[in-house]
Amino acid sequence: MTKKTKTLNLNFGPQHPAAHGVLRLILELDGEVIEKADPHIGLLHRGTEKLIENKTYMQAVPYFDRLDYVAPMNQEHAFALAIEKILKIDVPIRAQFIRVMFCEIGRILSHILNVTTQALDVGALTPSLWGFEERETLMTFYERASGSRLHANYFRAGGVHQDLPRGLEEDIEKFCNNFPKIIDDLETLLTDNRIFKQRNVDIGIVTKEDALDYSFSGVMIRGSGVAWDLRKSQPYDCYEQLEFKIPIGKNGDCYDRYLCRIEEMRESVSIIKQCLSKMTKGPIKSHDGKISPPQKKDIKQSMEALIHHFKLFTEGYRVPEDEIYTSVEAPKGEFGVYLISDGSSKPYKCKIRAPGFSHLQAMDYLIKGHMLADVPAVLGSLDIVFGEVDR
Amino acid sequence: MINLTDLEKKINSELTTKIKKSEIKHNQLYLYIDNDDLIDVCLFIKSNKNTKFRQLIDITVVDYPENNQRFKIVYLFLSHEFNQRIILSYYINEKELIPSLTSIYPSANWMEREIFDMYGVKFKDHPDLRRILTDYGFEGYPLRKDFPLTGHTEVRYSEDQKKVINEPVKLEQNYRNFDYESPWEGTKYIKEQSAKDNDQKN
Repeated sequence: MTKKTKTLNLNFGPQHPAAHGVLRLILELDGEVIEKADPHIGLLHRGTEKLIENKTYMQAVPYFDRLDYVAPMNQEHAFALAIEKILKIDVPIRAQFIRVMFCEIGRILSHILNVTTQALDVGALTPSLWGFEERETLMTFYERASGSRLHANYFRAGGVHQDLPRGLEEDIEKFCNNFPKIIDDLETLLTDNRIFKQRNVDIGIVTKEDALDYSFSGVMIRGSGVAWDLRKSQPYDCYEQLEFKIPIGKNGDCYDRYLCRIEEMRESVSIIKQCLSKMTKGPIKSHDGKISPPQKKDIKQSMEALIHHFKLFTEGYRVPEDEIYTSVEAPKGEFGVYLISDGSSKPYKCKIRAPGFSHLQAMDYLIKGHMLADVPAVLGSLDIVFGEVDR
Repeated sequence: MINLTDLEKKINSELTTKIKKSEIKHNQLYLYIDNDDLIDVCLFIKSNKNTKFRQLIDITVVDYPENNQRFKIVYLFLSHEFNQRIILSYYINEKELIPSLTSIYPSANWMEREIFDMYGVKFKDHPDLRRILTDYGFEGYPLRKDFPLTGHTEVRYSEDQKKVINEPVKLEQNYRNFDYESPWEGTKYIKEQSAKDNDQKN
């Protein structure tokens, strides 16, 4: 006699604390073993690409903050680079260091959030309490530079919006000296923790081949042992002048990805330190009056500055007809902007390539055959933020 | 390491008839093909030992409503081995079916679903062509140029019916799209004059 088995459908989300946002996951279960996972996304779809097509290049920047909202400036970077390449403008060296520094701060912001919430998902509460205190410090750096904790709107084509306020560099330096100690503390809580290892080691293994096939990037591909980082292989801004290592994993499981993120945070701290020591005084945006808005004091004095100001904030600058794809190594992987300009002051088409989209796509492949309790662990290690997946 | 010019030559010599045009811009290789050759070209650039474009980074569509062949389909490839990128594109009509890449690159699945959702372009042999980003029961293709920015319907909770309902969009004020183009530069005779000046300079 054969026993008849029936699979059970389970609806996970869209309002589930371990879904990291608004993910609806339809799971097909055989007992507690997952047979199929069908992620339903788009609950946070805002039509960013459509909106960008209807805004000038400068007005489009804030939309990039709202994609991956835990590391906003990294997204702005990709967009700024795309416009700069089409317009063929050079970025002053100080602006490059400021941008790279804030991108690395964004990386730390994102990795703290991911590592600690992943720990939270598998049952550890303390890391998130410790980690979020540091995130708050980092976000005050964002606030002091841009005026806003999260949605910075700080990068511009040709540089950054304004120079760093007095005293910020010293405070970031101080943070860099203290932060490695915090990473050590986090590691004492997690790295050798028996429960954390039981929940993460050998869970959600990605082989090298599959990582390539599923278009993985960032930590997801490095965790599987592929040495690939856009900051090294296709350097942008001043990354060539900086020294840093790229940590890679061995087994491609959730635990290796956690270790990669911890190491990347240490490397980021070292990059920020190098930026601070190499940064010299100087201009922070391109001198071209047709692209960068003039200083307030110039508007009072110079007719030309006034005209530039008026034209930039009504019509915006025009970008010649071109087609380009630029990408940056965002904390979550390769974040790219495919931009088509038509000579007007608005982009004709702006496709955003979000790393989380391809990662989440592989959910079915990653989770098949695992237990239900592994879903939050795997989802946590994918580092999903719905702002960028749904766009 | 292979440089971009060699790569261009290599691909052109191997796929002579299939590449309509190729150019190098912004340190990337742009290839233009016919839609029937898509599968052959992809198989070649993925498996050939001198190209190895193992990753499909993204697929997207550009809408040119005034063109006869309305949609431009764009594929972005990355080769880790040779650290190069290819941008592959072709044009299709509004109703044309295009082959799916899911059997060659598994990651094409959601990318093609997104295109279907946003532009209404349909794929042959796609295992699961459903809408992905828009709401359940959504109608229309939002990223087409003729789709209004405000959309057609808006969602609210109805106290009478005790459920969430869709209604046609009602705006207090129409969406205003200001034309800031400078009247001096924009006027026709100035444009003609400056074009003439440029010709004389060259």
